[in-house]
Amino acid sequence: MKSIHALTVEEHRDFEGARLGMWLFLLTELILFTGMFILYAMYRLKYSAEFHRASLELDVVIGTINTLVLLTSSLTVALSIEALKRNSRKLALWMLGATIFFALVFLVNKYFEWSAKIHHGIYPGSQELMQRSLGEVIYFNLYYSMTGLHGLHVLVGMVVLIWLFVLIARKSQKKYVVHNPHVEQLVGSEIAILKGEKDGWLVDKIGDNVEQVEIKITYEPKAGEVDLPNIIKLENAGLYWHLVDIIWIFLFPLFYLIS
Amino acid sequence: MASHAITEVQHVEENYLEVKSRWRGIFAWIFSTDHKRIGILYLVSSLTFFVVAATIGIFMRLEQLTMGETLMSPDVYNRLFTLHGVIMIFLLIIPGIPATFGNFFLPIQIGAKDVAFPRLNLLSWWLYIIGAILAITTLFLPGSLPDTGWTFYVPYAVRTGSNVALAVFAAFILGFSSILTGLNFLTTIHRLRAPGMTWHRLPLFVWALYATAWIQILATPMVGITLLLIIFERVLNIGIFDPTQGGDPILFQHLFWIYSHPAVYIMVLPGFGVVSEIIPTFSRRTIFGYKLIAYSSLSIALFGSLVWGHHMFVSGESDTANIIFSFLTFFIAVPTAIKVFNWTATLYKGSIALEPPMLYVLSSIFLFAIGGFTGLMQATLPIDVHVHDTYFVVGHFHYTMFGGTIWVMLAGLLYWFPKMTGRMYNKKVAYLAWPFMFIGFNVLYGTMMYMGWKGMPRRYYDHLPEFHTDHVIATVGSWLLYIGILILLGNLVYALYRGAKAPDNPWGGATLEWKTTSPPPLENFTQEPVIKHEPYYFREEDNG
Repeated sequence: MKSIHALTVEEHRDFEGARLGMWLFLLTELILFTGMFILYAMYRLKYSAEFHRASLELDVVIGTINTLVLLTSSLTVALSIEALKRNSRKLALWMLGATIFFALVFLVNKYFEWSAKIHHGIYPGSQELMQRSLGEVIYFNLYYSMTGLHGLHVLVGMVVLIWLFVLIARKSQKKYVVHNPHVEQLVGSEIAILKGEKDGWLVDKIGDNVEQVEIKITYEPKAGEVDLPNIIKLENAGLYWHLVDIIWIFLFPLFYLIS
Repeated sequence: MASHAITEVQHVEENYLEVKSRWRGIFAWIFSTDHKRIGILYLVSSLTFFVVAATIGIFMRLEQLTMGETLMSPDVYNRLFTLHGVIMIFLLIIPGIPATFGNFFLPIQIGAKDVAFPRLNLLSWWLYIIGAILAITTLFLPGSLPDTGWTFYVPYAVRTGSNVALAVFAAFILGFSSILTGLNFLTTIHRLRAPGMTWHRLPLFVWALYATAWIQILATPMVGITLLLIIFERVLNIGIFDPTQGGDPILFQHLFWIYSHPAVYIMVLPGFGVVSEIIPTFSRRTIFGYKLIAYSSLSIALFGSLVWGHHMFVSGESDTANIIFSFLTFFIAVPTAIKVFNWTATLYKGSIALEPPMLYVLSSIFLFAIGGFTGLMQATLPIDVHVHDTYFVVGHFHYTMFGGTIWVMLAGLLYWFPKMTGRMYNKKVAYLAWPFMFIGFNVLYGTMMYMGWKGMPRRYYDHLPEFHTDHVIATVGSWLLYIGILILLGNLVYALYRGAKAPDNPWGGATLEWKTTSPPPLENFTQEPVIKHEPYYFREEDNG
């Protein structure tokens, strides 16, 4: 008498939940920056003339270029998501690559902008800065902390996008772990996986010491089949990237265009 | 003749404590994504911190037993009250109920198998532990423990030589952990309710966690940025609050309390939820005013974020702002009172069983009421100006936070212990701990309020002769309280090893966690539950 054990593998996925979680996270990010915007508002109210004077020293050209770069990168990431939804992985990867490139351009620009300022002796706690009026000092302190925090977010976003690039470029993998309290019952038996109608069965023998059954399945989405888990991840990363963009859209006029 | 029989592998449900994973020993816990194991991780770690911080409190009281410098220097005293506050607030009270009982029982009470993001859940425990380790590391670094008090007020937090930056960074990480828990719970409640579990059939503990999670998400980032700015100021010299660089220290206080006042509702709302669970169970009747209790949690969450200015009545706020904040503070007592009235109405004509959890909950309501009323006194501007920064505030704060939250956490522990561990503790010893705790508590904090009213300022390592008798009485109270806590917790630890096996439903509770085994199986239920009734339905289930 031979018995066949059916092991069930389950997978829990909740794309709506993942999206909800991401929106909630974005809310926390928004509030993090809100704290800084409140400080900005209070200090600008107190020192409006000094803010005006200090803002003259920022390079509007670099700021404008960076604004355009970030706006374009928001477009490319949206295109990348749309491309992946329409199942053209190649285009999605190109667009994602472009987004990462723009993020890098933004950071490089920021680096040159900051180093020029530091070169002129304008950095927090510098002698040059301390000789100026209090309003200008607080302006530059806010400038460094707010654009710095934003730059950090650009960096994090870039890392996330690179991770997704790797994920999408790689073939999808799925690992099933069979949870069963009595796996030892399987000792000495054979495990068979039905690969597909045409491909038939894949058979493997289970040894004496079995603690856990792990089945790794690698598959590549066929034409006409969308890669849903990666789409959701990319969508969430895209949402994060848009947030980074939106915050810059507020930072740019508040620092560069108030003169 | 060979016959093929297709059978399922024999399916005996093992409880979550017995299930094997690929990790062994402690790793089976600290790498587990099972919400129940994570709940236990939080429980063990936060109770450990509780005992540590309580012991620090005992030492502070010992210093006050005599006049003059005896046990410790003023400097050590400053560091100890800071550490006591930081541990109690960030490591015990904030994660205390939501991350322990919330993690364990939220998914079970809504009929889910786990939280929405199990791995994120494990990450938040890891962040919690990393934050705790960082906070303790300051002790061994140059500058040692911070001496600013748990509020980290500038400019002192920037000027002091103690190691504020690392401690503040630890608090930042703990805040991040708290945000992730909140985010996880919100998504879980929205997405993973079992069939038939409508919003108005959610147990009130879940409602309380839902309101708490919103505050965690909306308020915590605010303290996150505030703490980051302190680090910027200390490490990078970017003065945002420094008057010599054009900054305004009062803005720090605003930003800090915009979080930290709502945070006291993060601390106390889950406690209210536990009370709303325990009272119907031991009154054997449905809760009175279900919807009012549920929505009052939400309105506390809403109004709680509008009253932060009452911490700054003497910081130079304008009179207009003071009057508005004072008015709003009175207003927030309304939803809290709604809860207390409804609990009392639930008891009315109920069949009350004064089991240990019920005893602790009822005494908690008494203590919290004292805390609440003294809170209203301080919301009154003329009174606050006099009692500000005195022991009156310290007493009030402990009546609300200890009497309201930790006390309920211990009640919840007595209530859910058999479910979590499958063991029953010795009820007589649990009763025995009560008089020590209750009398000790009132002697300690009641006396504190009294001497605060007479003018004893807080945070002083020494006192004037006219306060000496009061301080001696308070210190004796602290011993009683400490003994009570040790008896209570020791009893539970003993039960863990020697306790009798607990039945599935020792208290006759009606919510879903009592319908599964003790302890629950890995995925909480052998069959996905279908909910047909409101949560506190004590009649026999009709199968028709």
